[in-house]
Amino acid sequence: MSGRFVRLGERDRPVVNLIVDGAPVEALQGDTLMVALLTRKAALRQSEFDSGRRAGFCLMGACQDCWVWTRSGERLRACSNEVRNGLDIVTTQPEAKWPLLHG
Amino acid sequence: MATSSRLTVSQSDSPRVVIVGAGPAGTRCAETLLAAGIKPILIDENRRDGGQIYRRQPEGFKRDYPALYGTEAAKARDLHESFDRLRGQIDYRPDTLAWNLTAGQLCCVNQGLHTVVDYDALMLCAGATDRLMPIKGWQLAGTYSLGGSQIALKSQSVSIGSRVVFMGSGPLLYLVASQYVKAGADVAAVLDTSPFSKRIGAMPNLLARPGLLFNGMKLLAQLYRAKVPVHLGVKPEEILGDEQEGVSAVRVQLANGNTLTVPCDALALGYHLRPETQLADLAGCGLRFDEVSGQWVLAVDEEGRTSVKGVYAAGDGAKIRGADAAEQAGRLAALALLEDLGKPVSRQLVDDVRKSLVVMDRFRVGLAEAFPWPAAQAAALPDDAIVCRCEMISAGELRGVVREKGACEVNRAKAFSRVGMGRCQGRYCSQAGAEVIAAESGVPVEKVGRQRGQAPVKPLSMYTDEVVS
Repeated sequence: MSGRFVRLGERDRPVVNLIVDGAPVEALQGDTLMVALLTRKAALRQSEFDSGRRAGFCLMGACQDCWVWTRSGERLRACSNEVRNGLDIVTTQPEAKWPLLHG
Repeated sequence: MATSSRLTVSQSDSPRVVIVGAGPAGTRCAETLLAAGIKPILIDENRRDGGQIYRRQPEGFKRDYPALYGTEAAKARDLHESFDRLRGQIDYRPDTLAWNLTAGQLCCVNQGLHTVVDYDALMLCAGATDRLMPIKGWQLAGTYSLGGSQIALKSQSVSIGSRVVFMGSGPLLYLVASQYVKAGADVAAVLDTSPFSKRIGAMPNLLARPGLLFNGMKLLAQLYRAKVPVHLGVKPEEILGDEQEGVSAVRVQLANGNTLTVPCDALALGYHLRPETQLADLAGCGLRFDEVSGQWVLAVDEEGRTSVKGVYAAGDGAKIRGADAAEQAGRLAALALLEDLGKPVSRQLVDDVRKSLVVMDRFRVGLAEAFPWPAAQAAALPDDAIVCRCEMISAGELRGVVREKGACEVNRAKAFSRVGMGRCQGRYCSQAGAEVIAAESGVPVEKVGRQRGQAPVKPLSMYTDEVVS
């Protein structure tokens, strides 16, 4: 799978350039980080409690399943933060490695 | 409710009123207060007004109101225009989370900055989230809440997948599925756990609002016209897939006993709504078990007064009745506050608003009858099904603490199992968890209790700074 989300309209918006995990990513102005990421890949992050991947759940800031981080360590909910030019995002928590207790 | 509702405030000319939530209830509440000369502070977690139901798309998007809101376009436009007229006249604080409160003080955080807002009266218009019943495999990437799937479309013009199944029950199931069809998404199936017979039984109450009932039937007709398979009375069995790639199919048992597996890469799941009651809970407001919907809701009088003097509640955060009722309840709670402040209030207006809510309440009962919460599914969950998505805790683990530790009360079971302790703070697992506990212990669900609200009501960043004024 390349992307999970499918754009159905509103494609005519200016391009915004951000960096995700060190690589340049093009998104559209007004995209949430979640849309910018999930139109390109199948998941946002690694679950801390099993070996599964996660791609958000509620999209309204209630479930906290879509956390990503800025390079400087600020935590953002991907569903409720919009892309900005030059934004530098990492999808693994900086300086935190969780052991996979379930293998 | 409160024995004497009369409010005394230090500066009676300018009582400090704080509204939480800028959806239909909060907007109408602010409008009514402003008309009476009170300038409220309106705190909203979202960047833009409208709440979830009338969520506004980001600047630069071009879809018009009918495309975004369908049959509710006129109402959405009216609410937004009302808000636009208000916003320069009130103290509107978007992008602000109210995360705790004490008597007279609301703790808020905006862009990493913490502020304490003093209040004489608090209007809680906090809204609702999807109500979820787990199914084996619901932790797989590609499973979204039904409301979330609608937000993806409404706010971002994306589909949650290239082939989407809508599963659960409630009017939103049909609304979102038909919105997806209209927007050009591939809808693989609509799988409703409620059997057709329930709809017939609910007809007398649903007829309280024939227009809405008709709209519901039109949605169903649109789905049939688009050749979307719609199955009623299904029993969800499992979401199939891979922990790396996510959802690949969903398997249910049909009403006739046959098994149906629908290939898909996304699934929207939801069983109507649950109220956001955490702030009211922290304020000490009473809650009551609502037999009709089988969940805990705020105990408010008919005008929106909670059991705590000076704290009012309106909209789905108080009682799940939908957006139209939320607008009316927002007005009514504002009128109740004005009355409690000793301001002149038109009894005729209060009575008219109350009367309109009686009709909406009957319809609410009809919806709960037509699309019941599937409590029995919790008992039938296999032991290896995940209940808590946040921390991957299974039904078997939760049942274990009921059996081995005798934990048949929700908060005790939470302490032992951590179901409800993860980052969603029980929003998506606690109600189903209560059903699992009830079924395992043989205690009725209204007796196993409800998860207590805890501050912060949502996670705060470690980087939060305090603003000292």
